[in-house]
Amino acid sequence: MSRRALSIFIAAGFSVAVFGQQARVGRPATEDQIKALDITVFPDGRGLPAGSGTAAKGKDIFKSKCAVCHNDHAEGRTGQYPALVGGIGTLNTPKPVKTVGSYWPYATTVFDYVRRAMPYDQPGTLQPDEIYSVVGFILNANGIVGENDEINATTLPKVKMPNRDGFVPDARPDIKAKR
Amino acid sequence: MQKTAVVASGRDILNIMKMKEPSRRNLLSLGAGLAALTGCSTSKQETPTLLGTPPSKYGARSPHETAVRLVPAESKTPSTGASRTPLQDTYGIITPSSLHFERHHAGVPDIDPAKHELLLHGLVEQPLVYTLADLKRFPAVSQIHFVECSGNGRSEYTGNLGPDPQQSHGLASCSEWTGVPVKLLLAEAKLKPAAKWVIAEGGDACRLTRSIPVAKLLDDAMIVYGQNGGPIRPEQGYPMRLLLPGWEGNTNIKWLRRLNVADAPAMTTHETAFYTDLMPDGKARQFSFELEAKSVITRPAGGQKMPGGAGTYEITGLAWSGRGKIQRVEISVDDGKSWKDADLQLAGFTKAFTRFRMPWSWDGSPAALQSRATDETGYLQPTEDEMLAARGRNYGYHNNQIKVWYVRADGSVSHVAQGA
Repeated sequence: MSRRALSIFIAAGFSVAVFGQQARVGRPATEDQIKALDITVFPDGRGLPAGSGTAAKGKDIFKSKCAVCHNDHAEGRTGQYPALVGGIGTLNTPKPVKTVGSYWPYATTVFDYVRRAMPYDQPGTLQPDEIYSVVGFILNANGIVGENDEINATTLPKVKMPNRDGFVPDARPDIKAKR
Repeated sequence: MQKTAVVASGRDILNIMKMKEPSRRNLLSLGAGLAALTGCSTSKQETPTLLGTPPSKYGARSPHETAVRLVPAESKTPSTGASRTPLQDTYGIITPSSLHFERHHAGVPDIDPAKHELLLHGLVEQPLVYTLADLKRFPAVSQIHFVECSGNGRSEYTGNLGPDPQQSHGLASCSEWTGVPVKLLLAEAKLKPAAKWVIAEGGDACRLTRSIPVAKLLDDAMIVYGQNGGPIRPEQGYPMRLLLPGWEGNTNIKWLRRLNVADAPAMTTHETAFYTDLMPDGKARQFSFELEAKSVITRPAGGQKMPGGAGTYEITGLAWSGRGKIQRVEISVDDGKSWKDADLQLAGFTKAFTRFRMPWSWDGSPAALQSRATDETGYLQPTEDEMLAARGRNYGYHNNQIKVWYVRADGSVSHVAQGA
């Protein structure tokens, strides 16, 4: 048995041999504990909270919370802050422009990211209705949803992003270097 | 033997000159001292005549050592950025913890370990919570592994060549990590049959999140709290981080606070919008976890100068692979026309830095130095041309192309060929 295999053997045997079948190190997590922390959103919509918004309602929120970096129309600011609009059709050109509209495959990811990471200097401060509206604004700026389309836990997963089918699995090792 | 051991200081000589009958020992000392004064010895080292400082509680390096991480130029969003390891100033394979590279997306949080918990939930029979103290009750495992940002070498790919090893390859570091295999935690919580992915989330301001296949967590993944014998540094995820040996840096979630077992990936921002690689047809490769074999010569390298003209030197550097051990490193001093095997040191660790060395007799003429690594799977590090032919120019992350350093006749070493 290799040293590595031996250490795995010892480690795997630890919980049974030392603590017995019932004992464990971790403490049971309560439903409240999980609810307080669980912000994962999946592409099928699981994890999206109650609430709703529209691009129209998102316009002012975007202006006050997001535009300082991403500009009034989500076009970004040169050299520092990324554009969230444009670039559709550029991915196979010498100068691809990756934005929410041109590159992001799932609309649910926009909600997830805004909720967990934005605004950059005040992450986690937007309420669900505000987030749905901001997401609606960004999607509308890219021509993906209408200005008054209701954005909520049911409609958002159904939004088809332009680059939804633009991703392929890792194909490496793909280079056979010559010696 | 140090010449200076017998060299008398100027004060000794004065003392001896005041003596009426110098002893034999003092005369010997005087002779050596005069030899020093007349230039027979070139040593500048002084004999200590003052007591040194007493022991201290927390050590610091010599004030004469100045190697530092390279931090970005001024930024309007400084908390999202990276610092680079001065690989050319490290010895062996371990990166000093204080020089380990950083890549943060929302800054380094200040976490009190007494208030930090790791939640393990989702498709498990029993959701569980762990404190740092809880994790330390498991049998600890220590492993030497590199961590590398998948953007390391990205600028090389766009033709913006790094002028020294720190700028070209400094988003990689290697440490001894101590912690607990993730599979022990998963065994306690008991995975449900549908469990395929685990969504790992950090406790930083952006709660950076990646989806990891369960198979990796059941293989060699660890949750680590120790780095090079001490607690992991705040920049490295204090009090606990995920360590996925050989996988791209950002999947090694720092400040780990949540593992959500699921049947599918969450398709987070950092596995869709970022860390994906555009191919020429406009499709992007996704979930490119493993880092392929790579190497870089760290001396002589760009930004340095051959200290003494033509003569004998050592070529040394670092090699690593996310797929296992480094099996072989070859060095070319003639721009890839011919190759010789380098000696490998500390090559026994998997998914870790390996140090390579080769003596080189430099004839004083311009030379182009390259290294190429082969890992235990037989994979050979490719040239830039081979990379570009396979992936096009819109690719960016996961670049492991061969790095070239150009030695000039005057002994200076550059990242660009003379006249280029």
